[in-house]
Amino acid sequence: MRRIAIAWFVLSAILTPIVVAVIAPTLPPGNATEASSNQVFDDTVLLGIVTPIAVALGVYFAYTLIVFRRRDADPAEEGVATRDNPSIHLPWLVGTIVIVLFLAIFGTVELTDAGAGGGQGPSPAFKLSGNDVMPVQVIAQQWEFTYRYPTYGGVETAHLELPVGRKVELHVTSLDVIHSFWAPKLGVKADANPGVDNVAYVEPEEELSFEIHCSELCGLWHGYMFDTGQVVSGEAFAEWISEQQQVFAPATKVLPKYSTQYFPEPERRGG
Amino acid sequence: MSSEALARPLWRRLIGFNLLGGIVLGVAGFYFGWWLGHQIHAESLDFFGDTNQNDVALMLGYVFSVVGFLIGLGFARYPLARMLGKERTHTENEHGGSGRYFGLCTDHKVVGVQYLCGIGLFFFIGGLNAMLIRAELLQPSPQIFGAGNYLTLVGLHGTMMMGIMTSGVLGPFANYFVPLMIGARRMAFPRVEAITFWLLMAAGAILMTTLFFGGFPTGWTGYAPLNDQANFGFDSYIFFFALVGLSMMLLGLNMIATIITMRAPGLTWSRLPIFCWGAISTSILMVLAAPVLIAALLMVGFDRAVQTSFFLSSAGGSPYLFQNLFWFFGHPEVYVLALPGFGIILEILPVFARKPLWGYRIAVAGILGVALLSFFVWQHHLFVSGLNSSLRPFYMFSTEAISVPTGLVFLAGMATLWRAKIRYTVPMLFCLAWFFNFFIGGASGVFLSDVPSDVATHGSFFVMAHFHYTIMGGLIFAFFAAIYYWVPKMFGVMLSERLGKIHFWAMFIAFNSTFAPLFALGLMGQPRRVVTYPSHLEPLNIWVSVSAFVLGASMLVFLANVVYSLVFVRKPAPDNPWDSRSLEWQTPTPVPIENFERRPIIDTDPYDYGVPPVPLVPPGPAEAPAPG
Ligand code: HEM
Ligand SMILES: [Cu+2]
Repeated sequence: MRRIAIAWFVLSAILTPIVVAVIAPTLPPGNATEASSNQVFDDTVLLGIVTPIAVALGVYFAYTLIVFRRRDADPAEEGVATRDNPSIHLPWLVGTIVIVLFLAIFGTVELTDAGAGGGQGPSPAFKLSGNDVMPVQVIAQQWEFTYRYPTYGGVETAHLELPVGRKVELHVTSLDVIHSFWAPKLGVKADANPGVDNVAYVEPEEELSFEIHCSELCGLWHGYMFDTGQVVSGEAFAEWISEQQQVFAPATKVLPKYSTQYFPEPERRGG
Repeated sequence: MSSEALARPLWRRLIGFNLLGGIVLGVAGFYFGWWLGHQIHAESLDFFGDTNQNDVALMLGYVFSVVGFLIGLGFARYPLARMLGKERTHTENEHGGSGRYFGLCTDHKVVGVQYLCGIGLFFFIGGLNAMLIRAELLQPSPQIFGAGNYLTLVGLHGTMMMGIMTSGVLGPFANYFVPLMIGARRMAFPRVEAITFWLLMAAGAILMTTLFFGGFPTGWTGYAPLNDQANFGFDSYIFFFALVGLSMMLLGLNMIATIITMRAPGLTWSRLPIFCWGAISTSILMVLAAPVLIAALLMVGFDRAVQTSFFLSSAGGSPYLFQNLFWFFGHPEVYVLALPGFGIILEILPVFARKPLWGYRIAVAGILGVALLSFFVWQHHLFVSGLNSSLRPFYMFSTEAISVPTGLVFLAGMATLWRAKIRYTVPMLFCLAWFFNFFIGGASGVFLSDVPSDVATHGSFFVMAHFHYTIMGGLIFAFFAAIYYWVPKMFGVMLSERLGKIHFWAMFIAFNSTFAPLFALGLMGQPRRVVTYPSHLEPLNIWVSVSAFVLGASMLVFLANVVYSLVFVRKPAPDNPWDSRSLEWQTPTPVPIENFERRPIIDTDPYDYGVPPVPLVPPGPAEAPAPG
């Protein structure tokens, strides 16, 4: 037992810092937004917990499987008939319960940071603080996303551009079946349900172009429902959005009034 | 069947209540239902229906097909005879030759073998689908099947595996060995036992017919409202899963009744083999979860065929309702897949560690704890769905809490190895690999249960890797451990040890090399169920596909082993080749129809291995009995 403990201690003292300090920071989705760096931080902490546990199991199994194998000398050899040792139960239970409680509390604290980029439904439990939040509606349909900017006259665009450093409130909805708006580098994922306003927050911190995927099976061309978006500087965004306003002016006029339901009146739409 | 009956010519023997009769009446029933449906109305009433596919006709076809199949197998004879006031025995076809295996038979040992072969067949089909999926993913844009067929393949693979493998352990092994382990003559309801098997086979066949009706694009989850928009072929999914649910529920009820009421004298709850605990807790989950599935699928069927709108938000229903119902079933369902594995592992470890099962009580507590908690976690599948954002901390906590009872099972298993004398037989290798795989599955589950981390990985290949580690790495490895362990009793023949070891190492290495890279692919942004992916992910995908083919080839090694050992070599198995103390190994091989000559009386638990530990203090002189 002592040998196992020493091997565990040494190995996890070496491996845990390597995993936490070297591997974890390189993990996707990266640090482009508050939400994504939040996710990387969570993964880092979890890896920091899981690594010593994995090492413990590895060392234990390596030791027992080698030391306690049957030697051929005596094929009828039997093990030692110990049936239980109640003095282990309590420490083991306390250990696992403490880890679980820590995980739950840690996850909850991380979640209170604006829902960590996840879709939170029409009345988010964890709001983004501050009041200069820009709403953007993400409208999914088979098999594309369009984006509506209510603060810019409700213009609906075919691409997503966001100004860097601005807090954004995404309102994700669908016109037909369930889709899911996933922008890995932004650390955002929110299901698009027909008739539901699913709110997710994001605050891009650097300029970049990012992939967007639909991540809920939505029918035949689900695999093709992807797109690229950009995070650009404030000026570039202002220029881009006014251009969009002009290009789509005729379309904007006939669109229904902006609403989180997309269609203010319930309406049926075929697939 | 008497020997006189056996003397009849083959064609005469084929006519009667058996599989052939079932198939004939099943096909006839299908066409009758199909015709009837078209009489009722000519076209689909489907809301979104833009085709003239007649869902009513297809559904009625399936209903009558199943009824015809069961009648052809002879399931109607007993109730009819009883209604007509005739006496009939409880048993059916228990004596006789190999014909027993092709029809209604109430011997639990025959049903166990039927299950093993039937499930093996569908597992093989499901595995073949996986190979085709991986072949398509060799390149970033579709070359082989195209988008629609690809989705059907993914759906078929997932649905087949999730549906058929729910009974993958309980069907063959619990039906066969629970009565032997508890010293019973049979299962509590032998006819029910038989019907669960034939319902499962009917279900599998029905799922395959989806290929004639355009397949289905929904994956195994079948979410609304996509399911309402889906092809005709989705009706096959509905009937498949509903029949699987029915079969599961009956199997569970039968198992619970058997274990509670039919234990031999002296077999107290604390002497019950741990495999039976795994079986009974799985059965409880089956009985409580399957009805929800059946109800939800009925509602989908109504939405599709007769214009109800339970799940259509455009007409006042709610897609969330379907997600909730589905996962209320679906999460217990994944533990229905995992728990029998726990039972098998803990049952087999002591035999090859030559030690008693360590911490029997905490192992039982662990299994029951997992079963209980599994009903309180289902919304962790819906963390980004926009449902109940304020309940997320709770579901995060309840999900993580499952690791406490799972930890107890690990503790029991690991401590059983301490100061053991481990024999590295093939079943033991599969057991040990289970710990490795299931730990990775569980550890990745910790990441998925953490909401911020799940936002990054939900719906991606990370999830794919996670559940294949738990199901394939957990259930399927335990399934093979059970096969290598129990086949000598079931078939009276030893499987080749050498081929078994080749199978094990090929499978273990290829499995990890297939599924470990999927964690990375998921993190790098490859969603599930897509036929295209960004081209910078191609090298890893090729690696995964090639490993998957090796994994498939390892299954062929297993098949070769079966054919080689069971058909050619036929090395007869001794009654107790592993030198096990468990009751099922104390019977002669082949097991006689009545199992035991007389009812066994049990005075110990089945883990009586090992030499007693040397006491720290030498025992003093025996105390003299107190006078008087
Ligand atoms: C032979 C080894 C196996 C391989 C190579 C394999 C491979 C795959 C692949 C490539 C997918 C589709 C991934 C996607 O695009 O979403 C998949 C999905 C799936 N597999 Fe497997 N699989 C194997 C065994 C199993 C087993 C044994 C089970 C369960 C008993 C299983 C259950 C599932 C499920 C439930 C899905 C999800 C289907 C869906 O998305 O609806 N697989 N598998
Ligand atoms: Cu989509």
